[in-house]
Amino acid sequence: MDSAAIISLLSENFGEGIEASPATLAGDPFVTVPAEQLREIIAFLKNDPALAMNQLKLVTGVDRGEWIESVYHLYSYEHFHALTLKVKLDRNDPRVPSIADLFGAAEWHERESFDMVGIRYEGNPNLRRILLPEDWAGHPLRLDYQQPKEYHGISNEAAV
Amino acid sequence: MTDFISLLMQGKRCPDSGYVLMNENNHPPADQRPLQEILHEELNDPAAVKRYMDLNHEVSQQGLGGAIAIVPAKMLDTIINYSRRSSLWPMTFGLACCAIEMMAVGAARYDLDRFGAGAFRATPRQADLMIVAGTVTYKMAPRVKRLYEQMADPKYVFAMGACTIGGGPYAKFGYHVVKGVDRIIPVDVYIPGCPPRPEALLDGLIKLQQKIDQDDSMARKWAGGAA
Repeated sequence: MDSAAIISLLSENFGEGIEASPATLAGDPFVTVPAEQLREIIAFLKNDPALAMNQLKLVTGVDRGEWIESVYHLYSYEHFHALTLKVKLDRNDPRVPSIADLFGAAEWHERESFDMVGIRYEGNPNLRRILLPEDWAGHPLRLDYQQPKEYHGISNEAAV
Repeated sequence: MTDFISLLMQGKRCPDSGYVLMNENNHPPADQRPLQEILHEELNDPAAVKRYMDLNHEVSQQGLGGAIAIVPAKMLDTIINYSRRSSLWPMTFGLACCAIEMMAVGAARYDLDRFGAGAFRATPRQADLMIVAGTVTYKMAPRVKRLYEQMADPKYVFAMGACTIGGGPYAKFGYHVVKGVDRIIPVDVYIPGCPPRPEALLDGLIKLQQKIDQDDSMARKWAGGAA
C-alpha cells in the first residue's frame, strides 16, 4: 500500500483532523495528525492487518520556528510499506502523549527528543535527559537556543 | 663511581652535581661506618646531613636504594628518566574516532610497544600516560578530570586530534564540546590531525620521551644549600 492509500484510509477512520502533505511536496509524503488522536492512530496502524506497521523506526522532534513537530516514522515488515506522521505542537508548551507502551523503542527516542527539543511526552515512564548531563539548561536544537557561557567552571568561549 | 667514593672519603663534593648519595645498607667498602657518621665527619653541617639522610631514605622507599651505593644526583636523574620514558604505560581510554587511530598504533603494524608504551592499562592507578583521543564533551569532562586525578605521579597527557586541542569542528557552534582539554587538565604534548596519522602519535610519544629526558628534578632538589 502506498502512502496516499494509507492516508486516505486514515481519513476514512479518523475524520477531518487528518491532513495529508501537499501533493506538490518534493520529499517523501507525510501526514499531520492531531495530538489527541495520535495514540489511537498509531495503535490502528500497528494492529490493522492490512497495515501491520510493526516497526517504529524513529521518533524525533523538529523546531519549525512557529511551531514544534514531533515526527514518527513507521514501517511494516509484513507489507513493506512505510508512513511518516507529524504532530504540530504549541511552541510555548509542547506536549504530546507518549507511545512508549505501544512501541518499546519509543521510550529512548522520546527521551532524546525531549532532551534536544524539549517536547514533553506525557506518559513516558522515564522522561529525563538521555544525551546531555542531567543539570544542563535548555534544549539545544531549539532555534532560539543560546550557548552556555560556561559549564561547571569550564569556559565555553571559542578559542579562536 | 670510584672517583665519587674517593671524593667522599676526602670530604669533597661531587664536582658534577655537588652531591653524593649513599644507601644505608650498602655504603662504600672502604668505610664500614654508618652513613650518618661518615656524613657528619665529611660535611660538618647538621642540615646537610639531614638532607642526605632524607634523600637516602626517599630513594630506598622508591625501591632504588638497594641497587645504588653512591650516585650523583644527576646520574640518578638519568636512571629515573630512562626508566620512566622506557615504560610509559598508557591508559585504555578512547573518546571518539581518534581512538581508532590510537588502537592502530597499539596494534602490530605501528607497534607502540617498540617504544615501551604498548602496555595499555585498564585502570588509571597503573597508568603513566593519558592519551585523550577524541572529542571531550561537557558530560565527559568531569570523568576525564577524575581519571587524570586518579593517576599516580609522574603522569603525562597527550591531547590527540583537533577536538582535544581546541574543539576542532565544534570550536564555534559545539555547545557540548570542551574547547580544548587543556581547559580541564594540563597537557604535555599536542598532536594535531583529524585524526592524526599513527606516525604522528609515535612522533608525539618520542617528543614526550625527549621531554622526560630533560627532567632534572633530583639534581635541582638537592642542588642548593649543602655545606
